[in-house]
Amino acid sequence: MKLITAIVKPYRLDEVKTALQELGVRGLTVTEASGYGRQRGHTEVYRGAEYRVDLVPKVRIEVVVEDADADAVIDAVVRAARTGKIGDGKVWSVPVETVVRVRTGEHGPDAL
Amino acid sequence: MTLAAAPQVNTGDTAWLLAATALVLLMTPGLALFYGGMVRTKSVLNMLMMSFVSIALVTVVWLAVGYSLAFGDDIGGGLIGGLGHAGMAHITPGSVHGTVPTLLFATFQLTFAIITAALISGAVADRTKFAAWLVFVPVWTLLVYIPITHWVWGPGGWIATKLGALDFAGGLPVEITSGASGLALCLVLGPRLGFKKDAMRPHNLPMVILGAGLLWFGWFGFNAGSAFGANGLAAAAFLNTLAAGCTGLLGWLFVEQKRDGHPTTLGAASGAVAGLVAITPSCGTVSLLGALVVGLAAGVVCSYAVSWKFKLNYDDSLDVVGVHLVGGIIGTLLIGLFAEKAMTGAAVGLFYGGGLAPLGKQTLAVVVVAAYAFVVTYGLGKLLDKMMGFRASEEQEHTGLDLTVHAETAYDHGVLGHGAPVSHSVLTGTSTQKVSTQA
Repeated sequence: MKLITAIVKPYRLDEVKTALQELGVRGLTVTEASGYGRQRGHTEVYRGAEYRVDLVPKVRIEVVVEDADADAVIDAVVRAARTGKIGDGKVWSVPVETVVRVRTGEHGPDAL
Repeated sequence: MTLAAAPQVNTGDTAWLLAATALVLLMTPGLALFYGGMVRTKSVLNMLMMSFVSIALVTVVWLAVGYSLAFGDDIGGGLIGGLGHAGMAHITPGSVHGTVPTLLFATFQLTFAIITAALISGAVADRTKFAAWLVFVPVWTLLVYIPITHWVWGPGGWIATKLGALDFAGGLPVEITSGASGLALCLVLGPRLGFKKDAMRPHNLPMVILGAGLLWFGWFGFNAGSAFGANGLAAAAFLNTLAAGCTGLLGWLFVEQKRDGHPTTLGAASGAVAGLVAITPSCGTVSLLGALVVGLAAGVVCSYAVSWKFKLNYDDSLDVVGVHLVGGIIGTLLIGLFAEKAMTGAAVGLFYGGGLAPLGKQTLAVVVVAAYAFVVTYGLGKLLDKMMGFRASEEQEHTGLDLTVHAETAYDHGVLGHGAPVSHSVLTGTSTQKVSTQA
């Protein structure tokens, strides 16, 4: 199994959710996040005084899927989140040793 | 033998002045919201309180001795009034001032004293010991506001009667006095922790706009009420007040668009206030064309003036100097250029053939009032600082005055109840001058 984590622009969340549902992904976790990449943040001006805001708002989406589905899920997230402008985000995956469904005690892929 | 006609109350004038007085009183809670929105989350309640408590403090002082010293019979060459009306003695509901009850005139003037004291709080936001503010406001009102008011408007006051400078609704006693006093007090207190390094972004811009809107609404009472009658002069002052607020707003936005590339909400609110400040002294002395110019000049100049604090290194937190001192000076001086006979009845500015004399009188009045307010406030601030400490402790300032002074927080930020959101931005400079390169 793989844990896929995506950091994307907040307004792309609905598209990503829809794309994952269409692929048959049954669950996901979304967290509000903030951070910056190579382009850093943005500038705000109050009465002529400039403030550099480094950490910009993002959402963090996490899903656990079977190994065979991982590439398709990553592709779907990238397609749905991409705007072509700076700050579109990152997606990565890491191996998952085990998953347990709390309600039933099922282990592994059955718990997804 | 005919008897001289006794002074008569005019019910129309009285009705208007009753309404105008209520309008001016509303300006102080409006100012509280204007200022409150501009500070950080952790000290918004303290900011609101500095204005709100001024209503109570100044009212008590004014009724005790303030009215008498400002508007009682002159006892010292136009410098101060006597104590004959202390505690509002010898003033009954039947007493008449002009065409309105004296009690109403005194109350109208009281509302001016209240907002002038409250205005100063913007210069010392986020770092003032509340107990010291409670002592400062009444003493400052006695030592600074009341003498200057007597000079400008009191019977026999030297600026009005000897110098002959014009001030319709308070450029000298209100705007320049509060601005110069704010500058003095922020020098006494020193800059906020993190000044020029940390972002001290306004925490609630909708609140700023709401406050500016209430200020503007109340300003009609401030300026048109200063005609002391329901008449054509009041109407002219009213329209001038609207016009200058509008050109001030547009002037500030124009500068922002050119300089920063964005017209901002805070700029719109600030520009309107700058225009209103500048038209305060001149609303009853200039034509509509003059009012449009006065507002525009204030909007443009004040939007540059607010960055002085970064260059000169004084932390006038909410730009009392940049908006009220500078705006007040612009409005007071431009009377010397734009005063019109149709408005003043006699005095005429340079552009209407009055020569340079009116401008000279206006300039002298500005210099004396600003210098007096600055020097006395600086001395008073230093004295209070020595006696009781004027500045909040470092821990209080860091944690926020709301929690440490008032045991309250303005907003519930979630289940854990932490008051202060994480700050993650830094001040990088101003558009007119880079002040720091920390990133």
